[in-house]
Amino acid sequence: MKSAQAQMAAAPPQVRTRRGSGLFTRIAKRYDLYLMLLLPVAWYLIFQYGPMYGLQIAFKNFVASKGIGGSHWAGLEHFTRFFDSYYLGRLLWNTLSINLFSMLIGFPIPILLALIVSEIQNKTFNKVLQNITFIPHFISVVVIVGILTVFLSPTGGPINSLIQGLGGEPIRFMESAGWFKTIFISSNIWQNMGWQSIIYIAALSGINPQLYEAAKMDGASRLRRIWHVSIPGIVPVIVILLILDVGHFMDIGFEKILLMQNNLNSEASDVISTFVYKTGILNGEYSYTAAIGLFNSVINLTLLLLVNRFARKTAETSLW
Amino acid sequence: MSKQAKLSGQSDGRVFNAVNYTIATLIILIVLYPLVFVVSASFSNPAKVLGGEVWLLPKGFTLAAYNYILHDGKVWLGYRNTLLYTVVGTAVNMVMTILAAYPLSRPDLPGRKLLMVLITLTMFFNGGLIPTYLLVKSLGMVDTMWALIVPGAIATYNLIVMRTYFQSSIPWELQEAAHIDGCSNWRLLVSIILPLSKPILAVMVLFYAVGHWNSFFGALIYIRNEHLYPLQLVLREILMISTAGSADGNVGMENQVLLAEGIKYAVIIISSLPVLIMYPFVQRHFVKGVMIGSIKG
Repeated sequence: MKSAQAQMAAAPPQVRTRRGSGLFTRIAKRYDLYLMLLLPVAWYLIFQYGPMYGLQIAFKNFVASKGIGGSHWAGLEHFTRFFDSYYLGRLLWNTLSINLFSMLIGFPIPILLALIVSEIQNKTFNKVLQNITFIPHFISVVVIVGILTVFLSPTGGPINSLIQGLGGEPIRFMESAGWFKTIFISSNIWQNMGWQSIIYIAALSGINPQLYEAAKMDGASRLRRIWHVSIPGIVPVIVILLILDVGHFMDIGFEKILLMQNNLNSEASDVISTFVYKTGILNGEYSYTAAIGLFNSVINLTLLLLVNRFARKTAETSLW
Repeated sequence: MSKQAKLSGQSDGRVFNAVNYTIATLIILIVLYPLVFVVSASFSNPAKVLGGEVWLLPKGFTLAAYNYILHDGKVWLGYRNTLLYTVVGTAVNMVMTILAAYPLSRPDLPGRKLLMVLITLTMFFNGGLIPTYLLVKSLGMVDTMWALIVPGAIATYNLIVMRTYFQSSIPWELQEAAHIDGCSNWRLLVSIILPLSKPILAVMVLFYAVGHWNSFFGALIYIRNEHLYPLQLVLREILMISTAGSADGNVGMENQVLLAEGIKYAVIIISSLPVLIMYPFVQRHFVKGVMIGSIKG
């Protein structure tokens, strides 16, 4: 409906502009619109496309005094060094497994939450449930990790108090490689499930109520109605969000990983992006880490394109 | 059969409701409990917290940690810096986003499609951390507040949401009529478009402001001068860098360790307070923002 309006609205000016003489007059007539765009376009060129130009240092031996253009080419040296390094396996495995498990577990939960919310008829309870589950989304990463540290602390944290109360030994959760991924993923879900459910709740409320009525007439139980009406109704939204998530597959939660990382859990928490930060920014190996960063971005982009294509073919929904 | 089907249908509904409400209540408890624990711990005697005595309500009520923080220059300085970065940063964000979103919402702008493609592309591919860092460094922004504001001046997602709003919520006829009356594009934007777009502007201010308030990574890489540290970085030092070693082994050591522990809880509360106080008032705006965003542009 809205897009139809927009299209109708878009029609008249095009008719008019086609009558106008050429592209140049059309542009000259709207010079002030370009004036508005001046700063944003300059910003995009400098701060978005500038770094893309700077990416060439991945194929060079960057020396600050010579600048990006003046440094000597190194070919694929940095890439081969990374692929031959002993930590490649660990970085790749951690990056892939953390993100894969995050998605496998974290993606369906907001959908389930939205289904639960939409099945609660009591208006007040419905609002309370939504508003409370949104809260953690607004807490900063630093505070989240702070809360994790005190909540899971072996001295006085309620989880360990409970374990001790049941006769167990306290666990040093935050300093354990074995627990790292579980803690990281479950706290992500705790923080974001409410927020991520909003879109699904909106999509569910847009489903035609007659479909539910019809299903009820046919004797479908509540669960069956969810399965046959609710879920098919939100599949397009699910597919779009899944594609967008895949597009950032390799860089979910980098800041949080960095904050949670310590020497004792690094075996499980070293991922590509934290490695780039430590080796690049802290140790100044710019060319080498730019190459690793590029490798990471290329995987992301490839995954996005693949999933988008797959979705267009199978679910007939895609980003473009 | 109809009577039986009806009965089983009803009981099915009752069981379903019971299960659903139980799960929903569990979710509320799981989300709230860690928050309640931290609040209670911040008002409790740290010795009792470390002893595992605090479960739900404060034990040995004390304000010592809050008292200490209120007199700690670092936290205040961080607060002041963050406030400054948030206000200036959000202002820059809004100006830049509006300046980009409005022209791009105009169907009669030649080159609009190409610009949109080039802008959207940056959501899926960018230079990455190192080239961006080198760029900011070469522009001389390191150790100034501009490093926290300029590189993130526009969030492309927000730009697209705002553009979609301009396009779909403000009738094109209105803009045309204004043009015929001799209204320039600048005046059109300032006196017609913006007043009609208050809901989306409010949402964007909120998104950007919370982003600035909570961000720490920009400061971590670009700010070395401690006097420029935003609150989140001060917080990180207090929370993550172990304070146990700071005591110098005298009689007060145990007390200092305890105080340091109490400070952790209190500082979590103090830093999150502004956002959480604002939350009930602005919550529906946030939700609206997500909804507008979900209408694909």
